[in-house]
Amino acid sequence: MSCMKRLCHETRSHDRLRRTLAVCLRLSRRLLLKMSEERDAAALSGSAQTEGEEDLFVSAMESPEAARLSAEDISPSSNGPKAEPMLLDDDPDDLFAEATEEVSLDSPERQPILSDGPSPVITPVTPVMISSRADVFDRSPDQDEDEEENRDTFDIQISVSDPEKVGDGMNAYMVYKVLTKTSLSIFSRDEVCVKRRFSDFLGLHSKLASKYMHMGYIVPPAPEKSIVGMTKVKVGKEDLSSVEFVEKRRSALERYLLRTVKHPALLKDPDVLQFLESSELPRAVSTQALSGAGILRMVNKAADAVNKMTIKMNESDAWFEEKQQQFENLDVQLRKLHASVESLVCHRKELSVNTASFAKSAAMLGNSEDHTALSRALSQLAEVEEKIDQLHQDQACADFYLISELLGDYVRLITAVKGVFDQRMKTWAKCQDAQVMLQRKREAEAKLQHANKPDKLQQAKDEIREWEGKVQQGERDFEQISKNIRREVGRFEKDRVKDFRVVIIKYLESLVHTQQQMIKYWEAFLPEAKAIA
Amino acid sequence: CLQSEETINHLFWDCPRAVNVDLQTDATLQVDISDALSERDKVKFTVHTKSTLPNFKQNEFSVVRQHEEFIWLHDSFVENEEYAGYIIPPAPPKPDFDASREKLQKLGEGEGSMTKEEFTKMKQELEAEYLAIFKKTVAMHEVFLCRVAAHPVLRKDLNFHVFLEYNQDLSVRGKNKKEKLEDFFKNVVKSADGVLVAGVKDVDDFFEHEKTFLLEYHNRVKDASAKSDRMIRSHKSKFLFSISYFYGHSPLPLSCFQTLFPVQKIEARVAADEDLKLADLLKYYLRESQAAKDLLYRRGRALADYENANKALDKARAKNKDVLQAETTQQVCCQKFEKISESAKQELIDFKTRRVAAFRKNLVELAELELKHAKGNLQLLQSCLGVLKGDT
Repeated sequence: MSCMKRLCHETRSHDRLRRTLAVCLRLSRRLLLKMSEERDAAALSGSAQTEGEEDLFVSAMESPEAARLSAEDISPSSNGPKAEPMLLDDDPDDLFAEATEEVSLDSPERQPILSDGPSPVITPVTPVMISSRADVFDRSPDQDEDEEENRDTFDIQISVSDPEKVGDGMNAYMVYKVLTKTSLSIFSRDEVCVKRRFSDFLGLHSKLASKYMHMGYIVPPAPEKSIVGMTKVKVGKEDLSSVEFVEKRRSALERYLLRTVKHPALLKDPDVLQFLESSELPRAVSTQALSGAGILRMVNKAADAVNKMTIKMNESDAWFEEKQQQFENLDVQLRKLHASVESLVCHRKELSVNTASFAKSAAMLGNSEDHTALSRALSQLAEVEEKIDQLHQDQACADFYLISELLGDYVRLITAVKGVFDQRMKTWAKCQDAQVMLQRKREAEAKLQHANKPDKLQQAKDEIREWEGKVQQGERDFEQISKNIRREVGRFEKDRVKDFRVVIIKYLESLVHTQQQMIKYWEAFLPEAKAIA
Repeated sequence: CLQSEETINHLFWDCPRAVNVDLQTDATLQVDISDALSERDKVKFTVHTKSTLPNFKQNEFSVVRQHEEFIWLHDSFVENEEYAGYIIPPAPPKPDFDASREKLQKLGEGEGSMTKEEFTKMKQELEAEYLAIFKKTVAMHEVFLCRVAAHPVLRKDLNFHVFLEYNQDLSVRGKNKKEKLEDFFKNVVKSADGVLVAGVKDVDDFFEHEKTFLLEYHNRVKDASAKSDRMIRSHKSKFLFSISYFYGHSPLPLSCFQTLFPVQKIEARVAADEDLKLADLLKYYLRESQAAKDLLYRRGRALADYENANKALDKARAKNKDVLQAETTQQVCCQKFEKISESAKQELIDFKTRRVAAFRKNLVELAELELKHAKGNLQLLQSCLGVLKGDT
């Protein structure tokens, strides 16, 4: 990948570069696809289910069900189930065929999935958004309407609880109970309880991302994997850090689900409904880091990174430029703040240790003091300091869980938001490429006019019509994604305000509690001190 | 950036002091430090005396003294055989602004790399720290003088009067290398002897008890003092969180942050108060208990001398040689020992009384301050919550 980047700097023509890269990537994808197909074929034998989220290889012991799913999932464009053979069809002259094919593949494939129930593309929340600046705090009558609808329809509670360890050793994994309580009609029951494991959550996210991100929807990111944390749990260490880890993860999963269902389009998605309701969920094997799908994901990510560098978009809309800059800044600030909160937690823990050691020392001093009342007072002081130490510890926990986790969530969310902006850039690029294609087809047709080859001419005319259609589709897609992004960003900012406010209130309340406890302790101590005669 | 040092170099010492020791203020002799000036590397204290004693030329007068002169006075007490039977008030610690000065300097160097508000905030914090150290050192020097002035015997000391009255420089030079080496050896001998003395069981129950008590107490106070220092240091380095980041980028009401900043200040002040009450108290009693131990050591030395003199007398009587001389020596030793014992007993009883009173005063004040701050914090937090919650 690094030599590709160097290539980027050296090449003059960006278009040519992208084409070259597209070829390289296509080849590598095909290679990986072949590899994974072979592996899956071999894997169909064997009965035991692969356990563990962090399996280094998709092992030979896969269940048939899992294998089926992986064959579906492992497709180069990772855009959900689709017809694979099309991608292997090469037009040798036209290196762009595949890239542009992806565009056309997307739209028709997408419709059947979306037409399940009310189409999420035209969500209930929005009348057409005008391309003028959408100020977040500007309460236009349209938005007020949206708020009303949201408040009425948003009646769903999700809780993730009761982590249970299943299995033993390196094949062990944690299972969480997901309880959904709702009065919404799209759910089949009022209250559903299912058991899910971490990779199920990741699978859900990857499906949602592949379906919605390219349309400009901000799909909430799933919690991060942690090899170190999980290994400790698997190995069975019952110590404080692994308990903390499981609790952190449980909480993160709950927040993830809540954020996902808060999104009006995602709430109605069949995958989400299936996740929340069905008792059996096919295993999302493709979420494993070094599975075939995992490697393809990495390749795609690299491709995206290179593309970002080469696409120079003519931004006609200042709103997008501004917002992107804002999000860059916010990202930096949040990361800094996250780091400083983590150092705060460290400091508080240090203070707690020092307070505890002082408490012991004061107790010793009290013991050696030969004046009885003073001795008693000193022992009391030691006790007060011990209690305060406990307070410090609890406060450190609060600092961490409340603020630090929220900040981490938002750092990841901002990455998703930036991804959505990148998708828009990609869409624009595809639109541009289609236009270039169209131009070339027209030129080719013009040439053929003079060469007098009637059947080739017909073909050329057909191709021109085809590409005109593609250009129109590309422009429509671009407009749609721009519209969606505006709406999504507005929603994101509103949620951000709400989220931060809620967390800060909780944090302040915990601080209030700490101070009240301190008052209690010192008030109890004061008469003891006064009693020294 | 060191100019900030000059801006706080003049301190008018008329605010309520954190005096560790509860002292009887006697109209016949009142001593205090009315002013202090901090220069490059030394501090000049203005010692102010009010007295009705005939020894002094005027009833009220002031002189300027430096730290070395306090040390000179203290050492003159220690070296005076007449005062062997008293607890010599511990010498004040040397003013140490090095750490604080270094920090201010570093801040000055790093001025370009931080925003203006960060710089002003840090500067204020460091200046407050400098000021706190300054106040503390003044307090320590004042307490020393007050203790001397309150002591029935020491207050009459001539050197003390010279110290208070002589308005020229005392030309006290610091100890040269030779003298420092002598001191070092003296201390080595003392600690070796100290072990011996501590090992011998005293006939007198009172002193036996005091010896055991003081040895253990001194160690425990040392430990508690160190631990309290560490606790207070980590308290100081704590902060709520860098709200300034939130400030710019989170759409929360500004009034919320404007109330959170003072909470941070309150936390810092809690640390400073704990520092004064608890840590200084423990440090002071560490020094005082050492002085009490020194007294016991001196008495032990006198006892050993007395016993040796007895043995020498017995030997002389047995040999019938130099008996008179031996008798005189023995008499002298006996008197010395008894004098020391008598005054030591009173000193140690006074020490206990003072200690109990000082701890009581400081513990009560500590508790009251902690309560005041916790209640202040609570109010701030609740008002902030009110603003946030009401802002739907």
